[in-house]
Amino acid sequence: MKTKPLKKREKEPFFERHLGPILITPSTLVIFGILFIPIFYALYMSLNRISFRGADTIYKFAGLQNFINLFTTDPWFKSSFLVTLLFVMLTVATEIVIGVAASLVLNKKFHGRGFVRGLMILPWAMPTVVNAVMWKWIFNAEYGAANGLLLKLGLIKTSIAWLGTPRMAFFCVFLANVWKETPYVILLAIAALSTIPEDLYEAASIDGAGGWKAFWRITLPMIKPVLLILLITKTIWAFQTFDLVAIMTSGGPQNATNLLSYYIHFVAFKQTDFGSAAAMSYVLSMICFALSFVYIKVFMNKDENDEKKIKKHLKKKLAGAHEG
Amino acid sequence: MKVKKVLNRTILYFLVALIIVITLAPYLWLVISSFSTKIELMSRQIFLIPHNITLANYKDLMSKDFIPAAMNSIIVTSSVVVISVIIGVLAAYAFSRFRFRGKNPLLNLSLFTQMIPPIALIIPMFIIFKRLDLINHRITLVMIYLSLVLPYLIWIMKSYIDVTPKTLEEAAMIDGCSRLKSFFFVVLPMISTGLAATVIFSFIITWNEFFYAFSLTKTLDAKTLPVLIYDFNSKFGANYVMSATAGVLASLPPVLIALLFQKYIITGLAAGAVKE
Repeated sequence: MKTKPLKKREKEPFFERHLGPILITPSTLVIFGILFIPIFYALYMSLNRISFRGADTIYKFAGLQNFINLFTTDPWFKSSFLVTLLFVMLTVATEIVIGVAASLVLNKKFHGRGFVRGLMILPWAMPTVVNAVMWKWIFNAEYGAANGLLLKLGLIKTSIAWLGTPRMAFFCVFLANVWKETPYVILLAIAALSTIPEDLYEAASIDGAGGWKAFWRITLPMIKPVLLILLITKTIWAFQTFDLVAIMTSGGPQNATNLLSYYIHFVAFKQTDFGSAAAMSYVLSMICFALSFVYIKVFMNKDENDEKKIKKHLKKKLAGAHEG
Repeated sequence: MKVKKVLNRTILYFLVALIIVITLAPYLWLVISSFSTKIELMSRQIFLIPHNITLANYKDLMSKDFIPAAMNSIIVTSSVVVISVIIGVLAAYAFSRFRFRGKNPLLNLSLFTQMIPPIALIIPMFIIFKRLDLINHRITLVMIYLSLVLPYLIWIMKSYIDVTPKTLEEAAMIDGCSRLKSFFFVVLPMISTGLAATVIFSFIITWNEFFYAFSLTKTLDAKTLPVLIYDFNSKFGANYVMSATAGVLASLPPVLIALLFQKYIITGLAAGAVKE
């Protein structure tokens, strides 16, 4: 009877000693197995010409040829890249500006504030596919609500072919994206606004710094860390937009909404040119990696030091101004 | 002064009303469409409530592959949520309480994985899964979704465990509890808020995912709801009424859960930027 517990005790130290690594093993295997093997495999693929013969996949080493082709012979890569860049800059800028503005409104005291703030979660929680289908239906040229409403109000005389012309289609995809993504900015901005102490504004208003001045001098610096993180993550995710154009426009008309993710998917799965697609996806990845490097730097530095510094600085400034 | 105050209040309520309308109107239109007859929708006479409210679209939907796709969504999502919470929380505990080699690089790398474009992963994944004969299987989706959900689950749970006092655990261990036992009975109840937040996130991200499901499923053996909705929209000409109806049903679980548990979501959002 005495030997059994002893054996157990002998075993326990090993398990206990390595408990940390043991506990993280399943998660680590999943995360890195599923994500990192493909990332390196994609690099190998991008350096080959890949073709299919029956069930076999044939690799022929091509060096950097796939990458060179992107910039020389590929007919759509450049335009797709430019459209993506335009889309990213427009959507991210709009989402942050409108998001901050709306968060300022929702930060005021009014009846039913909790309810209205709660509503902001609706677009965020909705599947992107449903969002795309919804806007495609709204912008339907014949039966859509957009034309119906504008005609009824007398703002237009004839129906607009929303998704039928390059510029309009780009605008519709842009709008659909902004509707879904802005509430996320609003929610995070509200959370950041609630950490600003009231007395800062009181001190400022005594000094006659209300309204705009208070916004530029107090509000913006205080929510800057959150906005910075939003700016970077939103940019990365906007570069990866796929669902919206896949459903609303299929990249058209005339490639006006041919975002990179969609174009790469097309090259891989429709033209079955996996080598070029892998090369293109690496170009896109490098942009995202560079941005995430910045993100991790910012994220790690987002300790309270920054906020404390700003608070101290502001209080000093305000106190100084008050005395003077 | 008083006039100015009244004016300010009016402007404020106007802006609030504007925000409400912009947020709700598109979605309401989708819901209304799903309850309307095709004829009425095509006549463009509906502005608020259709004259003939009908459930015909929903009945139609039930005969059109909706149920098998919904079952796939439910099976995949519940598997991901259960597995990710079990292995993710244990990993978070280890990252928070233990010291071992490679801990910090691993943590940072897992944060970094959120930034890899899915399009860069799907190309090699497709080749790999094809060779392993894993295309068009639910298990493939479960594995991929686990890798998407785990990194931030670990980050959020770690931040919750970090602020839980160690003394209670130590007291339990002195009383003879093993390390894991003290974790389950002492730490876990204290981090239940964080747990709720991460379960909700995992659910919403998995339920809504389209890109991987779209690229790696072919038939109703594995197709999830978002892929079915895509099909309604592209195959055999766009069927707007069916997509609207399926869209309403597919969006109900995440939207309702998000509205009911918004408190948890907002704390979770604040704890770490979460991909939507």
